Amino acid sequence: MSDQTIGNKQVAFVRRDVTGTLPAPIMTRGLPAWLRENMFSTPLSGVLTLSSILLVVWIVPDMFRYLFTDAIWSAADGAPCRAPGAGACWAYVGAKFEYFMYGSYPRSQTWRVNLTLVIGAVLILWLLLPQAKKKGLAALMFFVVYPVAAFFLLRGLDGVLSLVETNLWGGVLVSLLVAAVGIVVSLPLGVLLALGRRSQLPFVKFFCVLFIEFVRGVPLITVLFMANTMLPLFVPQEWTPDRMLRPLIGVSLFAAAYMAEVVRGGLQAMPKGQFEGAMALGLSYWQMMRLIILPQALTTVIPGIVNSFIALFKDTTLVAIVGIFDFLRTVETARLDPVWAGPTISTTGYVFAAIFYWVFCFAMSRYSQMLETKLAAGRRR
Amino acid sequence: MSQVQMRDRPHVPWWNEPKNRGYVYQGLLFIVLAFFAYEAVTNASNNMRARGIPTDFSFWNKTAGFDVNLTLIEYSAAASTYGQAFWVGLLNTLLVAVVSIVFATIVGFAIGIARLSNNWIVAKLATVYVETLRNIPLLLQLLFWYNAVLKPLPNPRDALAVPKITFLVPEFAPTVICLALGLGGWLITRRARLIEGVAVIIANAFGSLLMLAALGVWLFGGSGVASVLGQGVVAFGGKAGIYLHNRGLIFPEVHLTDSAWMMGAALLAAIAGAIAFRVWARRVQRSTGEQQPVGLVATILIIGLPLLAYFAAGAPASFALPELRGFNFVGGTRILPEFAALMFGLALYTASFIAEIVRGGILSVSKGQTEAANALGLTRAQGLKLVVVPQAMRVIIPPLTNQYLNLTKNSSLAVFIGYPDLVQVFAGTVLNQTGAAVQVIAITMAVYLVISLVTSFVMDIYNKRMSLVER
Amino acid sequence: MAASSLIKTTPVTNDIAVEISGMHKWYGEFHVLRDVNLTVRRGEKIVICGPSGSGKSTMIRCINRLEEHQKGSIVVDGIPLTNDLKRIDEIRRDVGMVFQHFNLFPHLTVLENCTLAPIWVRKMPQKQAEEIAMHYLSRVKIPDQALKYPGQLSGGQQQRVAIARSLCMSPKIMMFDEPTSALDPEMVKEVLDTMVQLAQDGMTMLCVTHEMGFARQVADRVVFMDRGEIVEVNTPNEFFSNPQHERTKLFLSQILH
Repeated sequence: MSDQTIGNKQVAFVRRDVTGTLPAPIMTRGLPAWLRENMFSTPLSGVLTLSSILLVVWIVPDMFRYLFTDAIWSAADGAPCRAPGAGACWAYVGAKFEYFMYGSYPRSQTWRVNLTLVIGAVLILWLLLPQAKKKGLAALMFFVVYPVAAFFLLRGLDGVLSLVETNLWGGVLVSLLVAAVGIVVSLPLGVLLALGRRSQLPFVKFFCVLFIEFVRGVPLITVLFMANTMLPLFVPQEWTPDRMLRPLIGVSLFAAAYMAEVVRGGLQAMPKGQFEGAMALGLSYWQMMRLIILPQALTTVIPGIVNSFIALFKDTTLVAIVGIFDFLRTVETARLDPVWAGPTISTTGYVFAAIFYWVFCFAMSRYSQMLETKLAAGRRR
Repeated sequence: MSQVQMRDRPHVPWWNEPKNRGYVYQGLLFIVLAFFAYEAVTNASNNMRARGIPTDFSFWNKTAGFDVNLTLIEYSAAASTYGQAFWVGLLNTLLVAVVSIVFATIVGFAIGIARLSNNWIVAKLATVYVETLRNIPLLLQLLFWYNAVLKPLPNPRDALAVPKITFLVPEFAPTVICLALGLGGWLITRRARLIEGVAVIIANAFGSLLMLAALGVWLFGGSGVASVLGQGVVAFGGKAGIYLHNRGLIFPEVHLTDSAWMMGAALLAAIAGAIAFRVWARRVQRSTGEQQPVGLVATILIIGLPLLAYFAAGAPASFALPELRGFNFVGGTRILPEFAALMFGLALYTASFIAEIVRGGILSVSKGQTEAANALGLTRAQGLKLVVVPQAMRVIIPPLTNQYLNLTKNSSLAVFIGYPDLVQVFAGTVLNQTGAAVQVIAITMAVYLVISLVTSFVMDIYNKRMSLVER
Repeated sequence: MAASSLIKTTPVTNDIAVEISGMHKWYGEFHVLRDVNLTVRRGEKIVICGPSGSGKSTMIRCINRLEEHQKGSIVVDGIPLTNDLKRIDEIRRDVGMVFQHFNLFPHLTVLENCTLAPIWVRKMPQKQAEEIAMHYLSRVKIPDQALKYPGQLSGGQQQRVAIARSLCMSPKIMMFDEPTSALDPEMVKEVLDTMVQLAQDGMTMLCVTHEMGFARQVADRVVFMDRGEIVEVNTPNEFFSNPQHERTKLFLSQILH
């Protein structure tokens, strides 16, 4: 093979034959390699593998039985679910489904809720899907037209649609409403606060810093308490805000402060040259921000924005503290219904709620991860 | 770009001068804010007067008249004031926050490291944990722990009793056999590194199984195989004095005698000794290069000295076992189910975020760092201790502190399950009884603000000191 | 091969620093190193060149077990490389390595970077370790930067610190993995000068580099690798003026025009 020798006589070597590609030894490819690398690389790893398998075997079948095979899928009342050995009581979820979705919204009018949700879903998809066109129009529809339309659709319009007071609203409707209002208000407000915080005007900057740091320093519950008990005190009595409006204001302001910090991150990451370039073009501050800086800064922080939407969505559950019937609160109320009450009802309700929140949050987090990879790839290019 | 002409603008109207515009904007903002503030204050004082709501802080010293089921300081409904109720609530908030932070940190670091494990199953399980818990609202998790797990527990009369664990004197034959089997398993997996072919995996799996089985049989014995070998080292039986029921977790109360201080003193001495040993070891290493087993010595000191003191002082601690009398337990220490649910919920939820921070921190140390450490001859453990961990911790600590703050703020969700924290006691009961909404909410917010601001102030100093020096 | 790697060989002092024979490596299904045979004598300077992706870096990373090989044998300083962690550590102590991206420890000062391994691996008193570190830092001409952090230095300075850091372990063999590829052009010379000086001091060196001037000046032999195999080995004179293999000619024509 080799014609080189030690010593000074012959150091040269020229390959005459060609070594073909040989198949890898069994241990470096396929399943064996994978097993060795990932399951039995060290004695500790082997023990961990076996213990983990034991753990899974111990938990998963029981969970499966509870959720599926032993579950009660249809029943007129809670009696079958109270039988010993019964699993999750899905019949109860079925019976309460409308309540979970709409709260006490009149059943004859629920088509209005459905329509609102469908329009919202279409607009959101339009905004989120990377391949969709005319994003500007979508944004205008979602942030301006849709809220107004949704308000009249849900609450009613004199002579056209019957009035449904907000105290009847509940369930998924309210959870999505709080989240949607939070998103629609917090994004523009957050952008303004972020610009204010980076502003060179001392009073503007001071106010924005004060607001952001104050809100971020206190728990959402205290903000909701404040919105609920103090807002009515701050305005003349005849203006006392609607009970549903108060937590909406609280949640929006709270979310805006967090949004502001995310946007600020994007602004800080902008290279100085972008600002200088825009100013050299003779653009005014607002033109520069609107045309050059914000589009770029916001794009880079979309993952962060989506992450704060996830946090906001989870936080909507807290509005229950001021007497709003959001989805979780309806689950919490329904489980006390004597017709259904039983040992598995609480768990069933919570599992159902958990699946609902999880699907939304997980989908959003996957979306933000996808964008992150895409953005990172764009930057590398 | 070149088309843009730099037009000279000799005459600029004053309102287009950037500086003047700034003044105008700020003036407008100030006027608007001042107007709102003025309106809010006048409306508030009118409304409060009209509704008979107190506008001062005189309620602070009035008798509270309500009970709290967990108090760390002297408190009674009849004798204590609203002010004392405030302190009770604040201390309860801090209690649950501190305990949860400790657990969240332990679980979070374990899960975060597990996510980076080479072991596929361990990494996947950790991922499932993180992706599940962080995508479900904390409130839902709290309600689950409280209403679906802790509340359905039987009442005290049928409480679940944790069996007593007895450590038996190891029998000679089974110990030797299990030890031999375990060692055999270990040797097989160690040796497997040097063989090639599929045999490696079989050997590894077999060795691991052998180790696990040997340990299990030696510890617990009891079943089929063990009956041949005899009894295990650990036996369950009788009652340990730990009970689980729907009013909480009861465990034995520790009664200390007068000489119990010796144990505390021994512990302090052990810690001081461990620190002194470390200092001495570093000095020796600096002058001679010799390395001392600091970790081992410290562990022996900190466990051994108090144990020694315990026996030297004639076993100064006794355990008062709780007893069921009528419908409830007498004696013993009780952990409220509200506390347990809040603690579990906060710790496990926050742990999922801490795990991601830890994972990110470790991943932020590039592979090149480990390679350089290895290429210099540092062992894996030394590379971790001296190169990877110090760098990862700089990345981990700031967001970790943020999570601690979040946890503290989230502890206000206590109000949903009735744990008497600051919000539940003060912003709940006290507010309802006194009606002093503005004052109570302002004080409550101020408490959280102070905690946040002090923490971020400390973190700023830390960040300035620890940030890596760059050009 | 399995049998031979289990045999315990006592290190013998001989003329050979590194002996690689019949070595193969795969990444999964991909055959990255094919039948590599190379013997490096003590004091010999080897320059390894070849197009990117030819397996040069992978080969030298196998020598200190940053990468695992699957077939064939590698003997470093009389110690055969097996999966035995103790032996791997022993070999790594005696084989210094300089990386393309320096890989200095950013949380430690230059001096601490240099003393870390001597203190923890060689169990050296701190004072002695610092003296040695200062000695080598002077040799790479940056003793005055000792108390700075790596982030405060230029690329060239960082790479010289990396060289000094390796030298502090008094290695018997030094390996360089494209030490100048990540540097700005004006800093290449200062690093190469340091390497030339090291070569003149008689260090056994294996350098993966594209610096052909350095190869001419310093190398005893030039190794040309392509597609995972050693294609041609020769003295620099012969190698550059009279390449034998077609692929060598092609490669040289691409880089030397």
